[in-house]
Amino acid sequence: MSQKLDRFTYDVVVIGAGGAGLRAAVEARQAGLSVAIICKSLFGKAHTVMAEGGAAAAMGNVNDNDGWKVHFRDTMRGGKFLNNWRMAELHAKESPDRIWELETWGALFDRTKEGKISQRNFGGHEYPRLAHVGDRTGLELIRTMQQRIVALQQKDKKEFGDAEKFIKVFAELTITDILKDGDKVSGVYGYWRESGDEILFESSAVVLATGGIGKSFKITSNSWEGTGDGHALALKAGGALIDMEFVQFHPTGMVWPPSVRGILVTESVRGDGGVLTNSEGRRFMFDYIPEVFKANYADNEAEADRWYDDQDNNRRPPELLPRDEVARAINTEVKAGRGSPQGGVFLDVSSRLPAEEIKRRLPSMWHQFKELADVDITKAPMEVGPTCHYVMGGVKVDPDTAAADGVAGLFAAGEVAGGMHGSNRLGGNSLSDLLVFGRRAGAGAAAYVKALKNKPTVSEKEIERASTRISEPFTREGGENPYSLHQELQNITQDLVGIIRTEAELKDAMDKLEDIKKRAANAKAEGGRAFNPGFHLALDLENMLLVSESIAKSALERQESRGGHTRDDFPKMDPQWRQYNHATRWNGKKIEVEAEKAKMLPNELVELFEMNELKKYYTENELAKGGN
Amino acid sequence: MAGKVNLRIWRGDSKSGDFKDVQVDANEGEVVLDVIHRVQATQMSDLAVRWNCKAGKCGSCSMEINGKPRLACMTRMNTFEEGETITVTPLRAFPVIRDLVADVSFNYKKAMEVPSFEPPADLAPGEYRMQQVDVERSQEFRKCIECFLCQNTCHVIRDHEENKKSFAGPRFFIRMAELDMHPLDTIRNRKQQAQEEHGLGMCNITKCCTEVCPEHIKITDNAIIPMKERVVDVKYDPVRWLGSKIRKREGI
Amino acid sequence: MATGVFSEGRASIDKRTLRTDKWWLQPAATFGVLLSFVIYSTFRAFEKNYYWAEPLISPFYSPCISTACLDGASHFGQPIGTLVVFGMVISPAFFILVVPLGFRLTCYYYRKSYYRSFWMSPPACSVAEPHKKYTGETRAPLILQNGHRWFFYLGLVLNVILTYDAVIAFRNADGEWGHMSVGTLVLTLNATLLWLYSLSCHTCRHTIGGRLRSFSKHPYRYKAWSFVSKLNGNHPLYAWISLFGVAFADIYVRMVAKGTITNYYFF
Repeated sequence: MSQKLDRFTYDVVVIGAGGAGLRAAVEARQAGLSVAIICKSLFGKAHTVMAEGGAAAAMGNVNDNDGWKVHFRDTMRGGKFLNNWRMAELHAKESPDRIWELETWGALFDRTKEGKISQRNFGGHEYPRLAHVGDRTGLELIRTMQQRIVALQQKDKKEFGDAEKFIKVFAELTITDILKDGDKVSGVYGYWRESGDEILFESSAVVLATGGIGKSFKITSNSWEGTGDGHALALKAGGALIDMEFVQFHPTGMVWPPSVRGILVTESVRGDGGVLTNSEGRRFMFDYIPEVFKANYADNEAEADRWYDDQDNNRRPPELLPRDEVARAINTEVKAGRGSPQGGVFLDVSSRLPAEEIKRRLPSMWHQFKELADVDITKAPMEVGPTCHYVMGGVKVDPDTAAADGVAGLFAAGEVAGGMHGSNRLGGNSLSDLLVFGRRAGAGAAAYVKALKNKPTVSEKEIERASTRISEPFTREGGENPYSLHQELQNITQDLVGIIRTEAELKDAMDKLEDIKKRAANAKAEGGRAFNPGFHLALDLENMLLVSESIAKSALERQESRGGHTRDDFPKMDPQWRQYNHATRWNGKKIEVEAEKAKMLPNELVELFEMNELKKYYTENELAKGGN
Repeated sequence: MAGKVNLRIWRGDSKSGDFKDVQVDANEGEVVLDVIHRVQATQMSDLAVRWNCKAGKCGSCSMEINGKPRLACMTRMNTFEEGETITVTPLRAFPVIRDLVADVSFNYKKAMEVPSFEPPADLAPGEYRMQQVDVERSQEFRKCIECFLCQNTCHVIRDHEENKKSFAGPRFFIRMAELDMHPLDTIRNRKQQAQEEHGLGMCNITKCCTEVCPEHIKITDNAIIPMKERVVDVKYDPVRWLGSKIRKREGI
Repeated sequence: MATGVFSEGRASIDKRTLRTDKWWLQPAATFGVLLSFVIYSTFRAFEKNYYWAEPLISPFYSPCISTACLDGASHFGQPIGTLVVFGMVISPAFFILVVPLGFRLTCYYYRKSYYRSFWMSPPACSVAEPHKKYTGETRAPLILQNGHRWFFYLGLVLNVILTYDAVIAFRNADGEWGHMSVGTLVLTLNATLLWLYSLSCHTCRHTIGGRLRSFSKHPYRYKAWSFVSKLNGNHPLYAWISLFGVAFADIYVRMVAKGTITNYYFF
């Protein structure tokens, strides 16, 4: 087939233009390298814009007791100690610098009285820690990064007469393959969404910053882009994914109307007094306080209500339990037939705060419900239910350089990378993660390129292989409709690999995924190549399948419940299982899972915790041996 | 409004195109984008439409619905009359790529022409101090989701292709206002630039940009008019001009 | 060559607009109302009579500063004398109508209104305008719109005078204080609306605080700016009702002066 092929050469190619990708690009450019930024959609539309709450960084602007050690501790607790401790450490130490840097690029965070960056409370964070701009922090972050890229381009234009001499943004372009020369990355291959024409980047370093996998699930807060492209690219290039069983379901997504099913209702609604009730009008969260949290959460309404005004002398309302606990509770209520008409539960703030106060504190939530659902949240309760929000698992990387395990020249940062958040991510840690590891990935890639003696080359054979794959959906005879296959896939993951899992269901899921895999290999695209969503979906399907398979298989292996992984047949958390991360790899035909030993904290970090607490997470054996 | 709805969708590319009528199911609570997706999944699998977040936060699904620039994800089906035919076209101020997808690269070119934030040289990261009241004006403009509906509706370029060279458009007037009102930006001739290079004077404040803004940014009242007044300060007001020469400061 | 929505490369749609609502209603209504006002005020300016009925003076003729003014109507002297052009005595209204006319003509809100309804540039949002070329306010004469603030300053002076007119209307026809009539109310209302219109204006908002970079260093001006900003949100409303207010005040004074009605005194 004589398909048009555009060729480019760059030192570094960054796939993904969300917070992590853009931060990586800035870093690589500042190291003097040429960078291609590849966006699947338009520049500045990445899913980062959806982040509401804020970016966690222990700047101590509101409470000066805060510091990186406290932040590190909170992150480890949130992840139930399965986190890659080095990543959590780097993250806690470097977040403040990354936030301050944004200010020098024009970001305008909300301020404290002293004129510093204001910080807000959030679930799991001991002190007010989230730098924010109202409830649109993600937008601020992406816009600032986007404008930073433009600023660098303007400088290049002044200096070299060409704005795109060092950084070029390639919008609406999908990457389908990482090309290799031996064991080294030599480039990437993909197609312009607009024209369907193919494109080749020769580059010895590739940074994956493709975000999440939410589109594999039916109900998700993720946009269409969250198809796990980076996860799949890494797998196919010979890399590994770790912790894929851990998927965060945000407890409160909208369940109605259908058009916005899954869209997030920010945690702040509960933080500001919103309560969860079932169809019987009962505040059911009091029935779901786990033993380990009993000391910190109120067991009666009177005390819970007092907490909003007096946080020192009362325990927190159970609506503010960690995300996984609340999500499970809602799930149980709905399954027991006590759900709302649209299959969620009620989240009511209208009976708790005066209308004006609601509009002042939750402006974008008020608008969201008013404009999307025609519901006035100052008058009526919202209907909410769990929604697939974030995948903790991802590409296995070296913490310091973000280099992907097993593939020289491949780097990963942001949601597509795994390890940082362990089994459960704290709200606010995602935006700071993007910046900290985005920067490290950019620096890692730059150092790699500079140290490289022989530049890997792209062979015609590799091009041929990648090109054939792209044109396949058009050449298949009588293949299936990609849209219906996608729907089937989403139903399987939602029902069988969702919030609550069992061995039987997971096995069932694997059989069904196997079936779809076969049929997807025959998915057919109608029409031409130019901006054809059916064609795009046919190719994305393969990624979602690889991701779903990784999740299902890792989930089957882990016989305990921890963070974003709940097994009905193994409801308890077990320190034995903390010793392992599950790594999944692709052998060319299917996903294979391997349990890898998780490292113990080094001594200086062990000291940050009480022994009593560590006992919940580590085996006696590990503790007896002490830290690394 | 469950049941069938009639859609007239413009299909084509930059060379030619026409309306195609389709009938499609619509369920209660849906928005135009849902119905378009259903058309895509059941009748026109290659119908091109640009979208991302589906929650009015990313500004991708800009199109024209019954002749009005809208986000398809924010246009509820129950705002139409029973039996009404809903006409959907791509943005009409920009070249079309295919079907409902327009080429909005004009806006990215213009973004490149606005000088970026220039921080004070003597402040290290972490030393920035700004009061909330001083950042609020600029924060309003930073709510912009870059859907470019304001650019699309603005008659200066919508109705006059030749003005695209010299006119940056409302989206970039709020960007200039944001920076001119930024407490720490050090570039002091943004007002002159706005007038002389970016065509602020072309705007005749007919406010269509404000009307279409899905973020409800008061583009005209809070950005364009204040910028026009600031331009008068430095260009058309001899008293202020003299004052600034004597006191050696431009603006305050 | 085709331009605008019919330019090459854009979606080929042969309609100037696909709007299905009554988009023409608003510009048509604006056109009608503004035109009626222009006709009426022109007629009144040329009438040169019935604008003074002790103690009421019509806003169209205040301050009456020409020797051609009716007896007793000139509260601020007659510095202009009488101007005769082609044998016609220039109406005293002309000397002062320039100010409100200029203020409203350069007002950011009225500009929007008449650009849309009179000039059809554009007639309504997303409705293609009929003009081949467009240069906006970049060259003469429209570049003069930038002089809005001068009319604003003069308008403030006029507001003070019209307020004075309202105050002296608290007298009876014999010049004794402490009385109030329907006319007093009419003039007071007119002055109030004019103040609201002036204070809510964009130039006022700019002057009082909008031009500052740092609000925190000027807390009082920030307060004033916040207050004016609130008023500014209703500027279009004040623009219309103050226009009606002026017309109504003039009609009332005219009817009293003509003897059509008697100015009813409450006390």
